[in-house]
Amino acid sequence: MVEAGRSPNIEIVSNADLLSLDGKPGNFTATVRVRPRYIDAEACTACGLCTKYCPRHMVDGYNEGLGITRPIHIDYPQAVPATYYIDPSACLFLQHGTCQICVPVCRSRAIDFSQQPTERKLAVGAVIMAPGFGRVPEAALTRYGYGQHPDVVTSIEFERLLNPSGPFKGEVRCISDQRHPHRIAFIQCVGSRDLGCDNGYCSSVCCMYALKEAMVAKEHDPECEITIYYMDMRTQGKDFDAARKRAEEHSGIRFVRAKVAAVTSWDQGLKLTYATMDGSHGFTGYDMVVLSVGLDAPTDAGKLAAIGGFALNRYDFCRTSTFAPLESSSPGVYVAGAFQGPKDIPESVTQAAAAAGIATGRLKTQRGTGVILKSYPTEKTADAEAPRIGVWICHCGINISGVVDVHKVTDYAGQMENVVYFNDSMYSCSQDAQETIKEKIKEHKLNRVVIAACSPRTHEPLFQETLKDAGLNRSLFEMVNIRDHCSWVHANEPEAATQKSMDLVRMGVAKARLIQPLPEQTVPVNKSALIIGGGVAGMTAALTLADQGFPCTIVERQDLLGGMLRQAHYNLPGDDVPGFLKNLVDKVKKNKLIDVLTNAALLATEGFVGNFASVVQETKGKKMVEHTIDHGVILVATGGRPHRPAKVLGVELPKSDRIVTQQELEAQLAGKAKNRAPGSVVMIQCAGSRGDDLAYCSKICCNEAVKNALKIKEINPASQVIVLYREMRTYGYAEDAYRQAREKGVLFVPYTMDNKPVLAAKGKGVKVSYHDPILREAVELAPELLVLSVGLVPESTDELSKLLKIPVNADKFFLEAHAKLRPVELPVAGIFLAGLAHAPKPLEEIIVQAQAAAAKAAMPLVRGKVEVEPIVSHVDQDTCIGCGICASLCPFQAIQMLKVDNKRKAETIAASCKACGICAAHCPTFAISMGGFTNEQINAQIQAFGAIDKE
Amino acid sequence: MAKAQDKKTGAVMVVGGGVAGVQTALDLTELGFYVYLVEKSAAIGGAMAQLDKTFPTNDCAL
Ligand SMILES: Cc1cc2nc3c(=O)[nH]c(=O)nc-3n(C[C@H](O)[C@H](O)[C@H](O)COP(=O)(O)OP(=O)(O)OC[C@H]3O[C@@H](n4cnc5c(N)ncnc54)[C@H](O)[C@@H]3O)c2cc1C
Ligand code: SF4
Repeated sequence: MVEAGRSPNIEIVSNADLLSLDGKPGNFTATVRVRPRYIDAEACTACGLCTKYCPRHMVDGYNEGLGITRPIHIDYPQAVPATYYIDPSACLFLQHGTCQICVPVCRSRAIDFSQQPTERKLAVGAVIMAPGFGRVPEAALTRYGYGQHPDVVTSIEFERLLNPSGPFKGEVRCISDQRHPHRIAFIQCVGSRDLGCDNGYCSSVCCMYALKEAMVAKEHDPECEITIYYMDMRTQGKDFDAARKRAEEHSGIRFVRAKVAAVTSWDQGLKLTYATMDGSHGFTGYDMVVLSVGLDAPTDAGKLAAIGGFALNRYDFCRTSTFAPLESSSPGVYVAGAFQGPKDIPESVTQAAAAAGIATGRLKTQRGTGVILKSYPTEKTADAEAPRIGVWICHCGINISGVVDVHKVTDYAGQMENVVYFNDSMYSCSQDAQETIKEKIKEHKLNRVVIAACSPRTHEPLFQETLKDAGLNRSLFEMVNIRDHCSWVHANEPEAATQKSMDLVRMGVAKARLIQPLPEQTVPVNKSALIIGGGVAGMTAALTLADQGFPCTIVERQDLLGGMLRQAHYNLPGDDVPGFLKNLVDKVKKNKLIDVLTNAALLATEGFVGNFASVVQETKGKKMVEHTIDHGVILVATGGRPHRPAKVLGVELPKSDRIVTQQELEAQLAGKAKNRAPGSVVMIQCAGSRGDDLAYCSKICCNEAVKNALKIKEINPASQVIVLYREMRTYGYAEDAYRQAREKGVLFVPYTMDNKPVLAAKGKGVKVSYHDPILREAVELAPELLVLSVGLVPESTDELSKLLKIPVNADKFFLEAHAKLRPVELPVAGIFLAGLAHAPKPLEEIIVQAQAAAAKAAMPLVRGKVEVEPIVSHVDQDTCIGCGICASLCPFQAIQMLKVDNKRKAETIAASCKACGICAAHCPTFAISMGGFTNEQINAQIQAFGAIDKE
Repeated sequence: MAKAQDKKTGAVMVVGGGVAGVQTALDLTELGFYVYLVEKSAAIGGAMAQLDKTFPTNDCAL
């Protein structure tokens, strides 16, 4: 978020409504109305004084109405833009023409009641709709006592209760009397999977967030008893089942499979009445009930659809298709995030990259024409000169100076050696402070700058930018954090906090004397890609990259493109899958930028981001041909395959042609045989998965079962179809099909791991016995066909993991760089990931992921160079003894071992180095130093810590 | 004015500044485009800004 606020190429138009969209793709004009904030954004320093003086109270929407704020406020301190605003619906002046107390209070004179709404016309080539999700209907909540009893809260309110910036500063308390709740119940599927409020779909995220909230609440208060009432726990995402297990076994959260009938007042608390699967009733008392509310369509979905000229689906989310998941029905208008359908953050982030990729692919002739490239004055060389240090000590409004005696610290800094300029500053991050810093650098010929303020994590780039503007190398900067480390943590000990600030500043100055300018390095990039795997993910990625104008080579092991999708005949929404695949293969083959090598395998890859060289072996008849390919990025899309287990539910499978997998059944149902839909079928879910052969949930098998069950019913309505399942995970819109299957008479019978179905051979066939919880008795059947819903395993990840030095998880799927923030990148720079090799997922999600991986892979190619952070490691080859410890420890493969004059030496690959410092810490001869954190600099800091009297 | 808007511009509009919108905007700039990020409320961040910790990595939402 902060990044978006700082980018010169993103203009945040907040407090604004889209009014109209005219024109055509490539050339739209959007009209936007910007509502007044009544505060001059340039002048506001976000000091917060106005909120203190504003006499009017209002309900705090950001805190879900659980707190109080004033009409003039900011939602939370880190908000972007960090400008206050006045809520006109509650402001006394804007409503009644009185008050205006805030106007003289503001020292920056930022309050401006004369502001009027303005209209702006924006010329844009494409539009991406990301308005998120809305609230479920009130009626879905009041059913469970919400609104009647204050201690029935929504999960969003509960998030606020858990949050340190929330209404009780992170303590979970009952709203009614502020006691700590000892017993909390979560009710799942509130406003989801519920035709009563016309939300037939599953919201896909609430099971996971309920687990998260329950576990966090347990961390806050281990004594608290938490129960989750659910229909199916849908933890189908990558590694999500493991979280479920942790919740149960570690955190001691109780799971009850039951439908909650009512929540009523009882004694001092709440009574929850429920019905379990076997039809029995029960009730339990709780102090607090949390409603796991679903994600509804955004309230103004209809308005946006009318403006953008696109269609909505039956639930008012944006309508898209399986094969073009992010394209609305209006050309040039794309969609990303929860508005495309309920989804979590990792998937929203993936869709974001994908939407950016496909939208810009169609605008590539416009690329670069609208961006602002900043230029800087040439840097002065400062290394030879004696240090001339400038020190600023920040008040941060009252954030620091409320505790720390800033003037005392400033005077102290002024006495230090080499400090030629020193001053305090009200807000050193404000725009005018940057101007002052630049002026003083010139005036006093400063060649080192120390700023004692907040965290370098958020503010270092800003100050470094200022240094660059003033013609100084950005590495000549040192930041001291006296807010987090002094005024915040020692808020009650002002003197000690002041002393500590002085110590930290002394240490910072000691280091600053030794800092040196570091060169800015860039490495040129070979603008092409190598894609490993020619399934739907690989092909989609290739086309997305080609749309961006970049050539690529697909390496496919088999003789044909298409991978696992070649075995798919139809899908749940009823699209023409074989037609789609044929079209995709044709497009790939016709595209001049895409080179396809079939019967081919990757043998070796060398190099680093921007400059890889790979050897690929292609088998042509009896001949083997080796190709050496130079490329800038790698995209791994090696897919997976179904895993047919030898044992199911603990028993060896009898040999019988009446036992098939869903995939085999699908082929049979898609054929022409007259009796292709058998008269009786039993399907077994999670066959070999979730703790058996495979530890994980394969995400697609529930949908496959429902799809084939519906197909059987369509061909042979008299067929008896029974699905034995643990949890039906038909998340998202697939819930509709699950409901439809039940309506068509497909019988879904749950089993548990303590009472699982028993399989045995019977003649040529097979016999199944299981416990029916509704009949409360054992049932024995000999179906015509027993269908196993088997899981998916990744293809050749072991091999590639060694070849490319990329990690896999315990289940052998590739491990992405960060599950939430970098879901399609691998930890090694320049290598990207899509498809089943990442985790099992349905076709639509694979297409999005492939588009996203291609978009991310295109980024270094668009830039044409890789920029290297100057703080990378550096090996002094005279001191290096070539032991190779560093190369083996580097998590990013950023150290290579070379022969220099016939001796083994280490060398940093600057483009891959992330400056973590592991190598430097382990080098036995101290041959490695980190830019900006050399041993001398750190030693100087440590010595300065103990040298109070010397200064 | 009309003329200026007729020419191809190299800009894209994102409607909605939640995690999806913000990430889309960042990715668009990396692909060489200027972005107008249009947000209804006074600050970007959307629902994520209200969440405490977020699965699957359970780090802070911001
Ligand atoms: C209680 C709860 C807990 C959750 N916990 C997690 C979790 O732990 N991990 C996880 O991965 N996911 C979690 N989620 C899901 C997560 O919140 C969503 O995946 C995510 O917020 C979706 O992002 P988005 O950008 O699509 O939508 P949003 O976050 O809703 O953002 C949409 C933005 O668009 C703006 N907007 C709306 N309409 C317009 C318009 N017409 N014009 C301009 N702007 C508009 C809105 O003001 C908002 O800023 C949780 C959800 C809930 C309800
Ligand atoms: S089953 Fe679906 S709708 Fe119900 S709580 Fe779980 S994720 Fe939400």
